[in-house]
Amino acid sequence: MNWALPKRRTVAPTSNGHIIQMQSIRKVYDTGKIQVEALRGIDFEVGRGEFVAVVGPSGSGKSTLLNLLGCLDTPSGGEYLLGGEAVAGLDKDRLADVRNRRVGFVFQNFNLLAQLTALENVEMPMLFGRIGRKERRQRATEGLEKVGLGDRTHHRPTELSGGQMQRVAIARALAMEPDILLADEPTGNLDTGSGTDVLSLLEELWKQGSTLVVVTHDTALSRRAQRVVEIRDGLIVNDQRIQPDRK
Amino acid sequence: MTGFGSFFMQLIRDVWTQKLRTFLTAFGIVWGTVAVSLLLAFGQGLYIHQTKSFAGLGDRIVIAWPSRTSLPFEGLGKGRRIRLDESDINFLKAQLPAIKAISSEYAQELQVRYGDRTRSVDISGITPVFSIMRNLIPTEGGRFINPVDMEKRRRVVFVGNEIAEDLFGESDPIGQTLFIHGSPFQVVGVLMAKDQDSSYSGRDHSMMFIPGSTYRALTGQRYINLFIFKAATPDLNAALTEEVTAALGGRKRFDPADTQAVQVWDTTEMFVFLDAFMLGFNVFLGLMGVLTLVVGGIGVSNIMNVVVEERTREIGIKMALGARSQVILSQFMLETMVLTGVGGAIGLGISYGLCSIFPHFGLDEFLGNPVLEPQTAFLTAGLLGIVGFLAGFFPARDAARLDPVIAMKV
Repeated sequence: MNWALPKRRTVAPTSNGHIIQMQSIRKVYDTGKIQVEALRGIDFEVGRGEFVAVVGPSGSGKSTLLNLLGCLDTPSGGEYLLGGEAVAGLDKDRLADVRNRRVGFVFQNFNLLAQLTALENVEMPMLFGRIGRKERRQRATEGLEKVGLGDRTHHRPTELSGGQMQRVAIARALAMEPDILLADEPTGNLDTGSGTDVLSLLEELWKQGSTLVVVTHDTALSRRAQRVVEIRDGLIVNDQRIQPDRK
Repeated sequence: MTGFGSFFMQLIRDVWTQKLRTFLTAFGIVWGTVAVSLLLAFGQGLYIHQTKSFAGLGDRIVIAWPSRTSLPFEGLGKGRRIRLDESDINFLKAQLPAIKAISSEYAQELQVRYGDRTRSVDISGITPVFSIMRNLIPTEGGRFINPVDMEKRRRVVFVGNEIAEDLFGESDPIGQTLFIHGSPFQVVGVLMAKDQDSSYSGRDHSMMFIPGSTYRALTGQRYINLFIFKAATPDLNAALTEEVTAALGGRKRFDPADTQAVQVWDTTEMFVFLDAFMLGFNVFLGLMGVLTLVVGGIGVSNIMNVVVEERTREIGIKMALGARSQVILSQFMLETMVLTGVGGAIGLGISYGLCSIFPHFGLDEFLGNPVLEPQTAFLTAGLLGIVGFLAGFFPARDAARLDPVIAMKV
């Protein structure tokens, strides 16, 4: 695949080059009667350009971790620096801005807006990022071309295959040139063929310099990662580097 | 805002994909708008109609009849008849500068003959100023009794429009000669048709008016039946009426406190009553309309709540992509306001249309014709704005408060 990454926005350098630094992160869900401790003290760091797979059984806390990483949720305790910025205490609007500028999400069920075309879906984050109409259109078109969907810009999600939808979602996640790409079971709803395509695309992105954290059950995916982090009962039980560096 | 155009495009698309829902939502607003604006328009139409009808009797005049005393005064017993003639009217005119216009009136039913048609008609002997005071406007080609007629005691007559039609049929009455009380009179003018819902001696359209001087010569009647007068402004009429009573009391020797000696009817009181009545009536109609509109607004709010629920996942996704609460809030507010605005515009259009075709139903004699005035339209638009804002605000706020993690799981 002919793939070139857009020009990167400069990121505030951290002392050790880490994009994500989590210390003693806890997350407690208070349901009123019972308190469920989903994360019980996570120390987690991701360096720039890493490709990390987070694995673990259902209910282990890996989705909670991903939500915290993406600032969709706030931790109950601990320190979290995203790109060197402390995000634990930010208000809703500041968190929305952080999500918009620093994080790109890829979901298992794609989460495209059904009434919008592929192009408009990719434009959406740039709309919230207040990027002008012309630039939005141009960047979205380029983004779709780069995921191999240059001929599908005006199709709606219902007119696309699962693999194509996930590629639109990836283009959308990259639209604001985020510091990190977070994916939650990106191949979970795809057949093997489309899944492999999406995997190759993610791998390609990583090789181009993107930082990826992927939550997955898919061993085909975790095998390709540079590092596999295993979570069980709200704690990291294994953190293994399986590929030394990107080729 | 950069994204306004995109918002708008999305709104159009939402509306288009949910035609029935949108239609139902807008319908409540259309209905409410029609109710508010039409009720107010009918109220206004009725007010204009009533004012015109009242004015058919006269332009805020006071009508006075010499009658009998009801109080003893300076040794004179009560029940004494008070009679006034032209000199008393001239005396009042000279004595009271507050009088802006005054006219005597002599009235009697007399035989009128034109060709082979004979009718009994109320004949009034009046003065030229009577025309303005009583809104007796001649049709084109005619005139009212003038000062020369008075001075020369001309036998000229100004004819009510219905009696004119009765006697002359299709032909033009002006210049024709008819006989009143056996004497020939030339018709100089015909009353222009007017609304008149009150009178003191029959409707003007069935009466004939001749110069007072001619009347006195024709009938030998010396004393006037009544006189009408008005002050410079309607609010001065009451004070002027007291002055008139006092002046006549001094001249004719009756108690100034005796309200029966010269009985008065201040027609401005009717206008005051009408204004108060119509205000109450319009407030009532307006309230009914507002309630209807509010019900429409509750409908919109309900629909918007459903919309928020339907779109919870969409809202969650947008928030995950970095939409601030403000963006979500304004999206739903805008959608509600546009729906309300479009519904309101359609409603006002329907009301306007109904107002323009209503005169063809022939009910205007009873109801007047509804008038959709700019201020009514503005008032309705303002109400719509408030209703739309409130209808949109709560669902929009709920949408903006959603937790993206939970919203996306829906």
